[in-house]
Amino acid sequence: MNMLQACLLLSSALFCIGLVTALSRSNTILVLLGIEIMLNAANLNFIAFWRFSPAGSAPATGVIFVLFSIAVAAAEAAVWLALVIALYRHQQNIRLQEATRLKG
Amino acid sequence: MIATLPPAESWLERFPLLVRDWITGHLPESLGWLAVSLLAIVVILAAFGLLFAYLTLAERKILGRIQNRPGPNRTGWFGLLQPFADGIKAVTKEDVVPREADAVLHFLAPVLLVAMSLLGLAVIPFGRHLLAANLEAGVLYFFAAGAATELAVFMAGWASHNKYSLLAAMRALAQLISYELPLLLSVVPVVMLAGSLSTTHIVDAQGGWTFGWIPHWHVLTPWGFAGFVMFMIAALAESNRSPFDLPEAESELIAGHLTEYSGFKYALFFMAEYFGMCGLSAMAVTLFLGGWQAPCAFLEFIPSYVWFTAKLLTLLLGFIWIRATLPRLRMDQLTRLAWKFLVPLTLLNLANAAFWSLSAGWSGPMHWVRWAIALTVVVGPFLLLGRALTAGVAPRTYRYA
Amino acid sequence: MNLTFALIAFLILASAVLAATRRDLIHSALLLVGNWLGVAFFYLWAGAEFVAFAQALVYVGAISMVVLFAVLLTRRMRTELPLLVATRDRVVSAVLGGAAVFGVLAVAVLRTPLDTNPAKPAGSVSMLSLGQQLMGPQAAAVLIVGVLLTVSLLGAVVLASSDADGKEGAP
Repeated sequence: MNMLQACLLLSSALFCIGLVTALSRSNTILVLLGIEIMLNAANLNFIAFWRFSPAGSAPATGVIFVLFSIAVAAAEAAVWLALVIALYRHQQNIRLQEATRLKG
Repeated sequence: MIATLPPAESWLERFPLLVRDWITGHLPESLGWLAVSLLAIVVILAAFGLLFAYLTLAERKILGRIQNRPGPNRTGWFGLLQPFADGIKAVTKEDVVPREADAVLHFLAPVLLVAMSLLGLAVIPFGRHLLAANLEAGVLYFFAAGAATELAVFMAGWASHNKYSLLAAMRALAQLISYELPLLLSVVPVVMLAGSLSTTHIVDAQGGWTFGWIPHWHVLTPWGFAGFVMFMIAALAESNRSPFDLPEAESELIAGHLTEYSGFKYALFFMAEYFGMCGLSAMAVTLFLGGWQAPCAFLEFIPSYVWFTAKLLTLLLGFIWIRATLPRLRMDQLTRLAWKFLVPLTLLNLANAAFWSLSAGWSGPMHWVRWAIALTVVVGPFLLLGRALTAGVAPRTYRYA
Repeated sequence: MNLTFALIAFLILASAVLAATRRDLIHSALLLVGNWLGVAFFYLWAGAEFVAFAQALVYVGAISMVVLFAVLLTRRMRTELPLLVATRDRVVSAVLGGAAVFGVLAVAVLRTPLDTNPAKPAGSVSMLSLGQQLMGPQAAAVLIVGVLLTVSLLGAVVLASSDADGKEGAP
């Protein structure tokens, strides 16, 4: 097992922790935190590949991808704070099972 | 420009280096790098610890003078031993932790706060040869290290399990989020003009003099002056100093997030506040006031670290003076100031700095046009926005009975 | 194995697991801050200095604040934190699913002959070249991200603002 594989294993473990969190918890905030963990795991992969793969034609691609990913995560966080607050205002709690208003 | 002997040659300038080499000379080669790092840490801790101690005394003395009272003057000559008496008192006091409090977070908050507020000092160039860590992204590191301090304030407020503390935590979050934006935005023009995130490059970019006595500091350009003022306002808010000390507003919230803290932990909070203040002031000196550069060419014989210390102390004195002068803001005024006033002005300032950078080649009469345009972009929006925001509120007329 | 890497991996995984299993939301959020810091340390270890600081600034400085705000604004009293334990079989199936995904990923990672080149690290892109990349070939992407951030900010304000005429909750 070389270093790149160790990094990839770390990121897949992190991804699965995020997945389990997002699937098993019913609190909206925790579900979103799980998604945030999965996003971080993906970013870890980009940096790992950038660091350990042979240099290609564009040496900074992995770094730039992660930078954009972080920027998008910031945008996402703003939207989800608004969503959580809107949800709370509508049903006085943030449990996902009860957010069934649009269910047919 | 007058060509003088490079001051790096003078032994006073090289004095810190000589001391460092003398100390590391006694150690084996393999431990050299460790010794250098440890030495930097010890020096920063000692210097800022002492500065903290005497800053508290200076603050109490100056506040006293401004309010027509002598201030502490019983311990030692002119009260010079007062900080140590305070320290002994803080250490020996009983440390009370509320039964309902979240003990781990209650303990972690002050520790984290002090640690985080010290981290930023690593990238400040205190002198020509005095820099703990020369990072390529030094400015970014400084603000990334400072980002965790608000978390510590929140932890303190939440862990205390006290409604005043929790209110203070909410206020701290809102305030720090609001002012993080103008703080960073007012730094961006400097980074843009210097073309680097490294603190040494930014200081180097401000070197040199016009006619030998007008320094090329950023604060002496229109965008730099506006950026400096807005940076200092945001820094006041970030370090929770009056008039932005809403999280610990004692007239409304007892002591805010400090309500349930006593003894040494309370002292740690104060230490962190002063470290944060020193760190932000040092950053302001580095970014806008030319760092360790001397103001005039013929004053270059004075070592660089003396100049840095002088500028730092001036800014800290300004902090204390402001505390004595201005009343506290209300929460809505505080956020309005950030979002409606500072953020638009910092964005405009960014455009202004871009103009300044593009018009660098203008010469002759166009030089005056450049200054006129840049000054208009600074002053015009300030007046217009100020008028619009204070319409119906200001100017106030005071009638004395 | 690299000792630093092992420590960072332990910090990342331990904080993530603890955050996922704590019942107290604030503790979860604060542990996740530790996780994000761990990821920043990983970037630093890998030589991506700029990304590490950006991660610390954005995640620890901004997103953690947003999370804490969300927790504080959506809870009535501290003792009445919403109960977080979902039904048992949901947790069990989630854990099983996660373990299965991890198994697939791990086998895939370990079986693939990955061409690595640790002798010549591609690492430490200088700040200057990074900036030139961002402002040159990637300028369009930077603009798009800027627009995205603006739009999401406006959208968030619209979503979270209450109706002015008091028609709260009207569909």
